[in-house]
Amino acid sequence: MYSAIVFLPLIGAIIAGVIALSGSYRAAMVGAPAEGSDAGHHDHAALAHDDHGHDAHAHDDHGHGHDDHAPAAPGSRPAEIITTGFLFISAILAWIAFLTVTAPSGEPVFVNVLPWVTSGTLSFNWAFRIDTLTSVMLILVTTVSSLVHLYSWAYMAHDEHRPRFFAYLSLFTFAMLMLVTSDNLVQMFFGWEGVGLASYLLIGFWFKRPSANAAAIKAFVVNRVGDFGFALGIFGIFVLFNSVDFQTIFANAGGAVGTKLHFLSWDFDALTTVCLLLFVGAMGKSAQFLLHTWLPDAMEGPTPVSALIHAATMVTAGVFMVARMSPLFGLSETALTVVTFFGATTCFFAATIGLVQNDIKRVIAYSTCSQLGYMFVGLGTGAFATGIFHLLTHGFFKALLFLCAGSVIHAVSGEQDMRKMGGLRKHLPITYWAMIAGTLAITGFPFTAGYFSKDAIIEAAYVAENPLAGYAWFLTVAAALLTSFYSWRLIFMTFHGKPRASEEVMAHVHESPKSMTIPLIVLSLGALFAGMIFENRFIGEGYAEFWKSALFTNPDNHVLHAMHEMSEWVKLAPTLMMVIGFALTYWFYIRSPEVPKRLAEEQPLLYRFLLNKWYFDELYDFLFVRPAKWLGRFLWKKGDGWLIDGFGPDGISARVVDVTKRVVRLETGYVYHYAFAMLIGVSALVTWMMFAR
Amino acid sequence: MTDWPILSTVTFLPTVGALLLLTIRGDDAAARRNIYWIALWTTIITFVISLLIWKDFDNTSAGFQFVEQAGWLGGSIRYSMGVDGISMLFVILTTFLMPACIIASKFSVQKRFREYMIAFLLLETLMIGVFCATDLVLFYVFFEAGLIPMFLIIGIWGGPRRVYAAFKFFLYTLAGSVLMLLAIMAMYWQAGTTDIPTLLNHQFPASMQTWLWLAFFASFAVKMPMWPVHTWLPDAHVEAPTAGSVILAGVLLKMGGYGFLRFSLPMFPLASADFAPFIYTLSVVAIIYTSLVALMQEDMKKLIAYSSVAHMGYVTMGIFTMNPQGVEGAIFQMLSHGIVASALFLCVGVIYDRMHTREISAYGGLVNRMPFYAAVFLLFTMANVGLPGTSAFVGEFLTLLGAFRSNTWVAFFATTGVILSASYALWLYRRVMLGPLDKPALMSIFDLSRRELTILVPLVVLTIFFGVYPTPIFHVTSASVDNLITNYQAALSAAGKLAVAAK
Repeated sequence: MYSAIVFLPLIGAIIAGVIALSGSYRAAMVGAPAEGSDAGHHDHAALAHDDHGHDAHAHDDHGHGHDDHAPAAPGSRPAEIITTGFLFISAILAWIAFLTVTAPSGEPVFVNVLPWVTSGTLSFNWAFRIDTLTSVMLILVTTVSSLVHLYSWAYMAHDEHRPRFFAYLSLFTFAMLMLVTSDNLVQMFFGWEGVGLASYLLIGFWFKRPSANAAAIKAFVVNRVGDFGFALGIFGIFVLFNSVDFQTIFANAGGAVGTKLHFLSWDFDALTTVCLLLFVGAMGKSAQFLLHTWLPDAMEGPTPVSALIHAATMVTAGVFMVARMSPLFGLSETALTVVTFFGATTCFFAATIGLVQNDIKRVIAYSTCSQLGYMFVGLGTGAFATGIFHLLTHGFFKALLFLCAGSVIHAVSGEQDMRKMGGLRKHLPITYWAMIAGTLAITGFPFTAGYFSKDAIIEAAYVAENPLAGYAWFLTVAAALLTSFYSWRLIFMTFHGKPRASEEVMAHVHESPKSMTIPLIVLSLGALFAGMIFENRFIGEGYAEFWKSALFTNPDNHVLHAMHEMSEWVKLAPTLMMVIGFALTYWFYIRSPEVPKRLAEEQPLLYRFLLNKWYFDELYDFLFVRPAKWLGRFLWKKGDGWLIDGFGPDGISARVVDVTKRVVRLETGYVYHYAFAMLIGVSALVTWMMFAR
Repeated sequence: MTDWPILSTVTFLPTVGALLLLTIRGDDAAARRNIYWIALWTTIITFVISLLIWKDFDNTSAGFQFVEQAGWLGGSIRYSMGVDGISMLFVILTTFLMPACIIASKFSVQKRFREYMIAFLLLETLMIGVFCATDLVLFYVFFEAGLIPMFLIIGIWGGPRRVYAAFKFFLYTLAGSVLMLLAIMAMYWQAGTTDIPTLLNHQFPASMQTWLWLAFFASFAVKMPMWPVHTWLPDAHVEAPTAGSVILAGVLLKMGGYGFLRFSLPMFPLASADFAPFIYTLSVVAIIYTSLVALMQEDMKKLIAYSSVAHMGYVTMGIFTMNPQGVEGAIFQMLSHGIVASALFLCVGVIYDRMHTREISAYGGLVNRMPFYAAVFLLFTMANVGLPGTSAFVGEFLTLLGAFRSNTWVAFFATTGVILSASYALWLYRRVMLGPLDKPALMSIFDLSRRELTILVPLVVLTIFFGVYPTPIFHVTSASVDNLITNYQAALSAAGKLAVAAK
């Protein structure tokens, strides 16, 4: 059963991939000449017929009102049915697994699949480890993924490459499942890079758009920067524990406290070093401060992709990884402090940018970034469960928000700029109410999912003993205000006020079909009730019974306990912030809509600073991209061309040629020159013979 | 175990094929067809027979197997063949790539088809000979003679600057080889034999080791190629015909790494230990430097050539870590690179055959017309990047892990290669494959033909197979590598040097 959960999506992906590939191959080979007949591939220009279709529209290219859609790829429907069907089966099995493993009598399950690498003492297998932590991720991934598959039926209905799309979605799900079920670091790395690949493919799904291709590369390369740290972390762990299996690592973690690891030229505390290296990986995947730049750009992908990969699942892999490695992180105060720092900073920083963005998907993207910051703060307090709890609830409500945004974009013919929306509430009732549910959840409205999980993190930050806990508490509370502001701003700009879209667009506006609204409704339920249902088990009384040994808690860490004993006004702080944020937004965007504009004009510097995302893209371009290109060209032309070749082979051969030329100059071709030279030679010889005797 | 001389059979079967080709006269279509089929069948049969070596190979034995002996020059220089866990798979790699080369040349080679095929078959003999020879002189003969067909392949069937490239290739390699020849003579005078198994157990005096090591290094470093003697490779690749590039990247580059493992480490352990930091430095420079250079290339083949140099940097680094992960990773990396880089060059060949240019800027949006090709190219791009699940990951991961165990600075800098390789490989993919197809010349391009699929699909399968299940390869290599490392450690501790405990 456990293997089925993981491999069904892979099988689906392979089948859909075969359908996609064979279909497009057949289309591409229409009229291909027999090979070798002649070089005349060029005589067939007339046959270049199927290279239109998706042009570089600036926005999600699926809306209505275009009639230039190319015919759908053959086998689109079977591909959809197979992939979606497999995922639903996988989701059902995942829930069964979740209930089995987390039941009071449940036990972690280990499944061995295939040996992978054995070299010296290094040995690891393809194997699954399903404990509570994994099973939580399993239900999140499979549920959201199956809903997103279903949603995409309608959302991608006009796309000509549906089999390919569904193959990628299922491939992603497979990789993500490999990541969360892994029982060793290397398989986790496989999943880690696998989701990176799927993300690359899906961001660049509309490959004719230069911006999508650029975003895809950026996502992959920035993630690779994180993977660089992750890989070094794995090496460090192997040196430390002589194993990459979680089982062995966790069993010996206690013994590694206080040992030193020689890294670069210094002896660092071993656990702290490997934890920080691993955390670099987590920062990349989870788009934390400094490595966040790829996530907003990733919104170039189709919206269901943003919902699944860049909100609910893949970006939370970093959080999952830190939680998975909790037996190491929990033992290193320094590492946890660093995690807290980056989490809190990201949480605040991303929220500030979210305030002023106008693209509906980018607002949600920055919101994701900010919420991931919350999760890391939760992990950083040492109460890992709070981070995972927020991961789960966030998965539901953020996927919901994205899918709602997709539904809106679908309705307004692919427009993503909120300044061109407004007044859509009446036209899209289901979407509107679903989005309200999502917004309530994210802002932490009492008794919705976010209220339990986000406030738990803020409380944990308040009681935590780590040196940056105060900093984290302050920023997370402030971010709660910002969250409320940008979330409601999105609602108000999109659904309220007067329609700002053109007449023609407004005439087309309509509620989305069932395959899109059903996922919205299901996720709304999750967004509203997931917190209530799971709170007790995740962070309350049922903690021990639910988690068993899946998460590690340092015996000195009493955060979870202390959370329940803190004063009431502190507990109210985030809720208060939410209310203030709501009121502000209401004033700004409903009562007197001219205020935000005036504010932007009064504070042009700050506004532009935020609008341009703190100028990180420009900074990185200046610091890394250009120097790398310059250096590459310099090393090529000067290093290889001038230095190595110039003084090496080319230089030597040039000298040889020089010498030869000089010799050649002596050969004039005139007989008397030669005769004269010969005469001198003969006389010299005779002279020598006469006198040398 | 077979009792017939299987290694000699595999080695000289291609020569028999080449002799057969000599009997064919004429240059019409029928003659071309005959030449093609004879060459193809020769290589296929050779490949099948070579698989028998793997089948009968004893994984538990660390020594040479399938040993053959015969008198040759005088008493002490003998014709002796044998393979162990280090060399056996390179033989298979060579015989596996040859049919692909023949098929790839079916239409692209226009002139002197017969001579071209003869050159390739002779080259195959010589390459297999290099990996099978267990006598220094025999090794040297194969090693050097292999230069000639390659020189001709580049110089006759190459691109516009072929003569420059061929001479650069020849001079570079020859310069290194001359020193190696001197070293071989010195070894003969010192040890009194050229038999490799005997020499493996012979202890050269420490001072002599340094000089011998340097002499061998000169030859192998050029072959690898290591920075800074790598500049012949991009030129050679660019000018060589597709199949020539495949052999160059797939097999010839591996001879350097094989040489280090066969001679430098076991015969000159003390010098190897002394020079390890030197090799590390060159490897790390190679990885970073050539990756950056690859980023800015405008010619597809040149880009892949530079990325090959970077990947060979991992190999040299892995070899000199002298721990099982590093050495086995290096061998694996060589085999995997033999598949992946060959496939990438074949991929470039596919569009070169159609458009007759390798300029990256001449392409763009190919995925629109060539979906299958795009998928295959994507897979190999990802393998080039070292994505887990492809064979390249296993090698890269192990060499880096080995390096981390031995020197974290080296691992740190070498690991930046994973970022750089992603940059250049994906950027190449984007410029060639993605985007709208708006160049008029590309409008009528067609996807892979059945012949091209026949070449590329096996490579796709192997790339994934060995990425997921590399165990068969580790089974072959582990005994010999363990033996190598044990002897190396023993030599170091005998010389009183502090040896890192190898596990």
